[in-house]
Amino acid sequence: MKKLRILGLSLAAVLAAAQAHGEELTGTLKSIKDSGSITIAYREYSMPFSYLDDNQKPIGFAMDICSKVVDAIKMELKLDKLEVKLAPVTSSNRIPLMANGTVDIECGSTTNNAERQKQVSFTNTHFLTASRFVSKKANNLTMIDDLKGKTVVSTAGTTNIKQVTEANVARNLGITIIPAKDNAEAFLMIETDRAVAFVMDDVLLAGLVAGAKDPSMYAISKDAFSKPEPYGIMIRRDDPAFKKVVDAATAAVYTSGEAQKLYDKWFMQKIPPKGLNMNMPISPELKAEFAKPSDSPDPDSYKVGGM
Amino acid sequence: MNYHWNWLVFFEPSPTGGGSYLDMLLSGLLLTIETSFCAWIIALITGSIVGVMRTLPSKTASTIGFAYVELFRNMPLLLQLFLWFFVLPELLPRQAGLWLKQLPNAPFYTAAIGIGLFMSARIAEQLRAGIGSLPRGQKMAATALGLTTTQAYAYVLLPMAYRIILPPLTSEFLSTIKNTAVAITIGLLELTGQARAMQEFTFQVFESFTAATMIYLLVNLVVVTVMRTLERAVAIPGYIAGK
Amino acid sequence: MFENFDFDVIRRSLAYLFFDGMRFTLTLTAMAAFGGLVFGTLIALMRLSGIRPLSVVAGLYVNLMRSLPLVLVIFWFYFLVPYIGQWLTGASRPVKVGAFASSLITFIMFEAAYFSEIMRAGIQSISKGQPMAAQALGLTYGQTMRYVVLPQAFRNMLPVLLTQTIVLFQDTSLVYVVSITDFLGAASIVGQRDGRLVEMYLFVAIIYFLISCSASFGVRRLQARLAVVR
Repeated sequence: MKKLRILGLSLAAVLAAAQAHGEELTGTLKSIKDSGSITIAYREYSMPFSYLDDNQKPIGFAMDICSKVVDAIKMELKLDKLEVKLAPVTSSNRIPLMANGTVDIECGSTTNNAERQKQVSFTNTHFLTASRFVSKKANNLTMIDDLKGKTVVSTAGTTNIKQVTEANVARNLGITIIPAKDNAEAFLMIETDRAVAFVMDDVLLAGLVAGAKDPSMYAISKDAFSKPEPYGIMIRRDDPAFKKVVDAATAAVYTSGEAQKLYDKWFMQKIPPKGLNMNMPISPELKAEFAKPSDSPDPDSYKVGGM
Repeated sequence: MNYHWNWLVFFEPSPTGGGSYLDMLLSGLLLTIETSFCAWIIALITGSIVGVMRTLPSKTASTIGFAYVELFRNMPLLLQLFLWFFVLPELLPRQAGLWLKQLPNAPFYTAAIGIGLFMSARIAEQLRAGIGSLPRGQKMAATALGLTTTQAYAYVLLPMAYRIILPPLTSEFLSTIKNTAVAITIGLLELTGQARAMQEFTFQVFESFTAATMIYLLVNLVVVTVMRTLERAVAIPGYIAGK
Repeated sequence: MFENFDFDVIRRSLAYLFFDGMRFTLTLTAMAAFGGLVFGTLIALMRLSGIRPLSVVAGLYVNLMRSLPLVLVIFWFYFLVPYIGQWLTGASRPVKVGAFASSLITFIMFEAAYFSEIMRAGIQSISKGQPMAAQALGLTYGQTMRYVVLPQAFRNMLPVLLTQTIVLFQDTSLVYVVSITDFLGAASIVGQRDGRLVEMYLFVAIIYFLISCSASFGVRRLQARLAVVR
């Protein structure tokens, strides 16, 4: 009996001492601190969010936001040096690579939705975009129903290919859907007439058309496959400590007006590599999102203004 | 492990509207089988012609056969498929190229022809080795009997040669089936492609690929068993394969 | 027919193609061939050993690897290796593995099955007298293998091993399916970015052809020389 009491008291003492030590690092924060490096996933053709410039370096709106997040992580962990490793990903491997630990944070054009939140987590939304399609003006395709019986391409692993697949079944359009590895390959299929339409987020389509050899040949449809959906920077699931740091960092960037400056830099000014200007003024929904950042996957929660 | 298991995902409806994910995989399997058969037939026919050419006494035929085999053996299959699919339509006159690009099922035809010609080079080599392993006396006896070269090949040499190379041909057929997976790069949604698509829609990496692996193993087993029965059926007593 | 093509794109991207792409391909080929040979020899020895569980396991492994398409194996290892690393090292999170490491592991494991079949044939082709004489001289199993059997088997099968390495060189192009940048992948990136697929793929075809052709020519000459020695 006496031994049990001594054991109990010593256990209590140990626990008390542990508490006094403060919080231990877990998950991604721990692996970053231990390795002294963080791996950022980037996209190669998602202009202007994350894409390669002429020197094969990834740049973009999302990349800039991420570098601010990395600075915040560095401060939080009180590190002198934080090595930033870069890893290219495509739409189809970004989620498995996040889940299996190859990358820590994905800065691109990933749609935040409830289904994906079963596998990964997202931080505050940095853009809102709807699914549309681009085609050559000569083909005269403006509505989704115009695509009946045609060959359409979309990028594998995206919400867009899923939406066009579902629309194909729901509206009985008999479309042949070709999956492409990345946005550049898909756009090339339109250029070479292998497919008549490319279904993708309209902001990415605008970037691809602007960078094409002859932008005047293409038109983006007015008809959309979906409501404007949120883009989020992707991080691992079940890692609340890391999410807290990233959420705080992105919220700081958005509410402080920095995000507005970055937005202007990438959407209202000339950007590499060809010095194009996307000329897309900030939408009221995005402005509201920057004022009050949210990581909700529900497109309706971003609507603005009374109706 | 941070992975979210769900073995029941096979019975969930797939967004492609064609039933469940299991149906998606089975339709991929069907496409794999169809592509393999078409490629195999192309390979057998062209490979046999080239193989025979390589053993003919004529120097030109032999050199053409050699060049053909070297051409198709020294480039990766993936690259050959890209050349057929992406490069060929651009080199043809505009109308022909356009027709090729907009052919429905273009990946299927390209894969069948591309893989068929790739394998034909290997079959040609096998056939050459098979014919070469026959005693020289066979050809001489055929000539002595007054058979022309064509008749000698048709009635004396080839029947024996094919039986001799049946085991290596089995492994070439299995190779053909495995090589159809390379065609996912040109958009053919065969078994591996459907497994990948299933992984992209459901994020269930392990479940999708395990199913594909099981199916490939099953196909392998079936093919090996069938070919073994075939070998026993056509074996000539006292000659080959330990009979 | 060739007026519309801009072959200058090849000249502009030569550095990227060769320093990034070809270097990856050649390094992967060399290291995977070496690793595959070592691991394959081990598996061949396991299969030929008298210990039942070892030979069964080795046999299952070889049959499994030889039944699956390389593309599927690449997908498996690409997604699986970090979890394996976690299980092996007992870490709390999946281990971070780079693209090169993942491809290397994939190709070593896959090619080992093929190399093991070649080495098994090689070992079996050595007359029984050799290991018997070694045993009579008092050499252990390990010494017999290391000094008597394996060197002979290796030399006998060298042409076949080299041919398999050339096949491996061509197979590395399949890392394309997981978007890893090898020689073909680099050419694709340039081709898609500039819309010059025809020029890039024709160029890559010529390079692959030249390298494989000269390598097989070299193997043929080696085979002729080795035959004389025997």
